[in-house]
Amino acid sequence: MGAEYLGGQFTAACLRVGTSSFADFLTTSAPDLLPGARGTAAQVPGDLPHGTTIVAMEFDGGVIMAGDRRSTAGSMIAQRDIEKVFRSDDFSCVGISGVAGIGLELVRLFQLELEHYEKLEGRTLSLEGKANRLAAFVRGNLAGAMQGLVVVPLFAGYDEDTGKGRIFSYDVAGGRYEERRFHSIGSGSVFARGSLKKLYTDNMSEADAVTACMQALYDAADDDSATGGPDLTRQIYPVVAVVTEDGFRRLTDDEAAENAEAVVRERMQSPGGPIAPLRQAST
Amino acid sequence: MPFYVSPEQAMKDKADYARKGIARGRNSVVLAYDEGILFVAPNPSSALHKVSEIYDRIAFAAVGRYNEYENLRVAGVRFADTRGYQYAREDVTARGLANWYAQVLGSIFTESNKPYEVELVVAEVGDTPAGDQMYRITFDGSVADEHGFVAMGGQAEQVAGVLKERYSAGMSIEGALGAAIAALSGQGNGERAEINGSQLEVAVLARGRAHRSFRRIRGARLEELLSQAQSGGKAAGGKGAKSAAADGAGEDAPEEPPPGDGTAP
Repeated sequence: MGAEYLGGQFTAACLRVGTSSFADFLTTSAPDLLPGARGTAAQVPGDLPHGTTIVAMEFDGGVIMAGDRRSTAGSMIAQRDIEKVFRSDDFSCVGISGVAGIGLELVRLFQLELEHYEKLEGRTLSLEGKANRLAAFVRGNLAGAMQGLVVVPLFAGYDEDTGKGRIFSYDVAGGRYEERRFHSIGSGSVFARGSLKKLYTDNMSEADAVTACMQALYDAADDDSATGGPDLTRQIYPVVAVVTEDGFRRLTDDEAAENAEAVVRERMQSPGGPIAPLRQAST
Repeated sequence: MPFYVSPEQAMKDKADYARKGIARGRNSVVLAYDEGILFVAPNPSSALHKVSEIYDRIAFAAVGRYNEYENLRVAGVRFADTRGYQYAREDVTARGLANWYAQVLGSIFTESNKPYEVELVVAEVGDTPAGDQMYRITFDGSVADEHGFVAMGGQAEQVAGVLKERYSAGMSIEGALGAAIAALSGQGNGERAEINGSQLEVAVLARGRAHRSFRRIRGARLEELLSQAQSGGKAAGGKGAKSAAADGAGEDAPEEPPPGDGTAP
């Protein structure tokens, strides 16, 4: 497969005046490298790795995204330490749920799309532009999604114009929706969202926001078998990404460990997590 | 068009045409310093670039006709990103890119009516100075593997001559910048032009940077570096005795550079 691309068609495509989009360039020059290019199978194998909870949350100064580490194939655990939250560029991150194999390829292509644009144009895309490109990629996978190869991302970034974090969710048709405050996707998202609903307040500090996300993931793992909780024996913790005006930062294993272990310690006393007051205290 | 032109004549005419086109523009230099590779090009524009990033550790510098080398730059970025996506990021090399450019430019030279009036340098920063690579690709698709420094453009010999005196392997960035400016401003009729940051495009491939090594040096940082370079330069002038053995530095591209790929180190 490699040799063809030294040939005339690829070279001519490289030299042609055209798009700054890497995905569009591949479509014309090397379409079989695109994730959606695999032929649609009559029957999709039922044991492709799946499952997830990803949470994203705004805080004072930016946005956090955190994801669990489990991928399941049917009732088996396919991987214990899979990473589902990635840096897409210096000021944004993306998390994936659904079929892991296709999701990872989508992320790889998306990272390259953003970098390619920046190299060609000499500027980064706006946050909305990035969100729109990701929507186009999701839309491109619609045929696969109809067959069961569903991939749904969650996108979050720091908007330099407004100085705030922003969160975008997607559906398989490529619809793009901006979310306020917090959001979650994946098989455990229902439980994570309920948890965040009780824990979230506006303008949390970064440390509190990370803890809230850890709590939400713990709750999701508690009720969804396809979401993994913190694995203290193997030291495998959720991937936590923080995006602020200083850029993208992924918490180190030690930082994530410290936070996760604190959450687990409290759960030893209160397994359901922090108890919410029944009524708002009147001031 | 004449009824018949001998191939030799046709090629010679094309080559003369391309050389003349390239000589019309200013010279640029590429030098290896202790912590990476430095690119210096006279360029009053802050929006249109002569030096650009291609990939993680690979950068591109060109002289000649802007729209032509801009086209090649875009093609190079597409090529590199496709290769990196198809295989892995570490599988994209300057050598592969230089060979590809050689094929492209060679085809354009022989097959199209007008050759590209461009000269390119593709450089890659290594983990150690020994791993740094520089390739010069000329308008007809010849590739040369360079060491230490490269002078690009019409008056390359004069510029290279000054660099040969001033350059030494492992010099600091200030020293390298000083040598570059001395070489660039000494061109033409030997008068020294006042160089300030707004007339220069300066960039580096910095060794040891995670992910993307390419950085432009502009604004206050460039002014600071220039003043250090120009003051340090006077003191260091004449210390150019380089360890010739270590680097093989100093040669221009020979008249007939080896065809195909450059010598592998």
